[in-house]
Amino acid sequence: MTAASPGPAILVEGLTKSFGEVRALRGIDLSVPRGTVLGVLGPNGAGKTTAVRILTTLLRPDGGRALVEGYDVVRQAAAVRRSIGLSGQSAAIQEELTGRENLEIVGRLYHLPWPQARSRAAELLQQFDLTDAADRPAKNFSGGMQRRLDLAASLVGAPKVLFLDEPTTGLDPRSRLGMWDIIRSLVAGGTTTLLTTQYLDEADELADEIVVIDHGLVIAAGTAEELKGRVGGDVLEFTVPDRNRLADAADAIARIGEGEPHVDKETGVINVGVGGRGSEALIEAVRGLDSAGVLIQGLALRRPSLDDVFLALTGHAAEEDEQDAPGRRGRRRPGGRGRKDTAKAAS
Amino acid sequence: MTAAAPAAAAGTGLAPSGPSLLTRAHWALTDTLTITRRNLLVWMRVPAYIMFTVIQPVMFVLLFRYVFGGAIPVTTPGGYVNFLLPGIIGQTAAFATFGTAIALAQELQKGVIDRLKSMPMARSAVLAGRLVADTARMFVTIVIVIGVGYAVGFRFQNGAGLAVAMVVLATVFGLAICCIAAYTGLAIGDEESVQAFGLVWLFPLTFLSSAFVPISTMPGWLQAFANNQPVTFVIDTMRAMALGHAPIEANLLKSIAWLAGIFIVFAPLAVRAYKRAG
Repeated sequence: MTAASPGPAILVEGLTKSFGEVRALRGIDLSVPRGTVLGVLGPNGAGKTTAVRILTTLLRPDGGRALVEGYDVVRQAAAVRRSIGLSGQSAAIQEELTGRENLEIVGRLYHLPWPQARSRAAELLQQFDLTDAADRPAKNFSGGMQRRLDLAASLVGAPKVLFLDEPTTGLDPRSRLGMWDIIRSLVAGGTTTLLTTQYLDEADELADEIVVIDHGLVIAAGTAEELKGRVGGDVLEFTVPDRNRLADAADAIARIGEGEPHVDKETGVINVGVGGRGSEALIEAVRGLDSAGVLIQGLALRRPSLDDVFLALTGHAAEEDEQDAPGRRGRRRPGGRGRKDTAKAAS
Repeated sequence: MTAAAPAAAAGTGLAPSGPSLLTRAHWALTDTLTITRRNLLVWMRVPAYIMFTVIQPVMFVLLFRYVFGGAIPVTTPGGYVNFLLPGIIGQTAAFATFGTAIALAQELQKGVIDRLKSMPMARSAVLAGRLVADTARMFVTIVIVIGVGYAVGFRFQNGAGLAVAMVVLATVFGLAICCIAAYTGLAIGDEESVQAFGLVWLFPLTFLSSAFVPISTMPGWLQAFANNQPVTFVIDTMRAMALGHAPIEANLLKSIAWLAGIFIVFAPLAVRAYKRAG
């Protein structure tokens, strides 16, 4: 079979999926070499979760094909399931049971004999810094701890390919950083990982390669640096405290930038790509804004972030929600009890 | 990539043909038991669940025995308490299935079912384990209700063998209703809606039957429904088994036909809803 071939850990060709009228995936291609991390980046409803659900055998595609470790996700679903681990957006653990019981039961369902299921659970609790809380019901865990337990559960079967569907959505910034450390150490251990995220800094931080998905299509792919190169040079950014003057400020710098300045009406932040003209553009901006009589804060020239990339590629910012991901039938999104979307913006 | 090579080789050993049929059957069994164990653990951890499955039927026994019972004339040997107990047991078995529907809807909502489906476990085990655990739970409740019944004056009149047969019939009846509940839980997939919907069909089905009052006391149009619905057949059979005041056979055959029909229709529907769920 193809499994032993040194091909990519994940190979996706022309994958399509529709839910009624909604075309969630409109022909996606992906290739993830073994031992690397692919960041799949896109706003809510872009098709990220649908793609993950197809790759983890939870959903059948309408067209195209997908291989995980060389196994076809439709025709060889059982073999795919033996190769993968999945950690989803919400912690899929049984809250009434303790952390240890949760992991032991998962171990049993991976057909480990009891002694191995026990030792594997203990090992993972240790690795994820949950030993102290191991024998408390998981419902008393913090959000970050629950997410760690959920991730631990996805690793019980020592998967070759790990799917992390928005692993830090809803976590506070501190837990997010902790999660990043854990994911980094897993990746260092050689686990091929596909990570979906709406947070651009997360993809930048964790992924070797990034694909940007919007409306069911891959609209860009490359390393974080390559994607940033797509914006072409530096970005000039400043804040206008008086929201009524936003339009004036945008007019004042319109001629300086390459392309239209982007105005965020909510935060009062204006930014514009200025190519290689760096400090020259900075001086022009100061002159222009001064003669227009607009007061500003924090004028700065910076290297482009993935936010800028997303903006340049799609014309809208990454965290602007469109519609709900149809793959979830809009059911899971409002969230369980106590889930707060604290980590909202991509810094 | 030296690390990847042995891992890939191990993959070939396992995958192309997969495990043998015997191994798979063994896994289906152990996976079902693992899920059963997990569900029973959860049940024992939540005081509210125990409250709902044990205290509520006991309250019903006491309520009907001492509050309403005096106003309900019956001709069964031993009076209303003997009439009541088989009815309460049938109602208890039916209502226990609320838990089935709610638990499955919760697991669906929380992504537990997704997680389980992405694992190399037997796919049948989630539903099978749920049904086994809920049937065990139901059986415990039935035994408790019989115990309370004995404390308030109920007595089996027809021998131990038929008493056991009555418990078996009640359990099979509960399991059939469980299949309907599992289907609704998975098809609706939202905890609150499932709960509301459960009331809509379970309440009329159990109360508009021979469970609590002789059907002859109902208005004629209601009798037409109550006399011809499965809960009445099952409870009349159970009552005849417990008390020996009426022939068993006719009602037993109707009960079996109905229960078989329910299994044939709803077990595949539940399996299909499980496969599609998520």
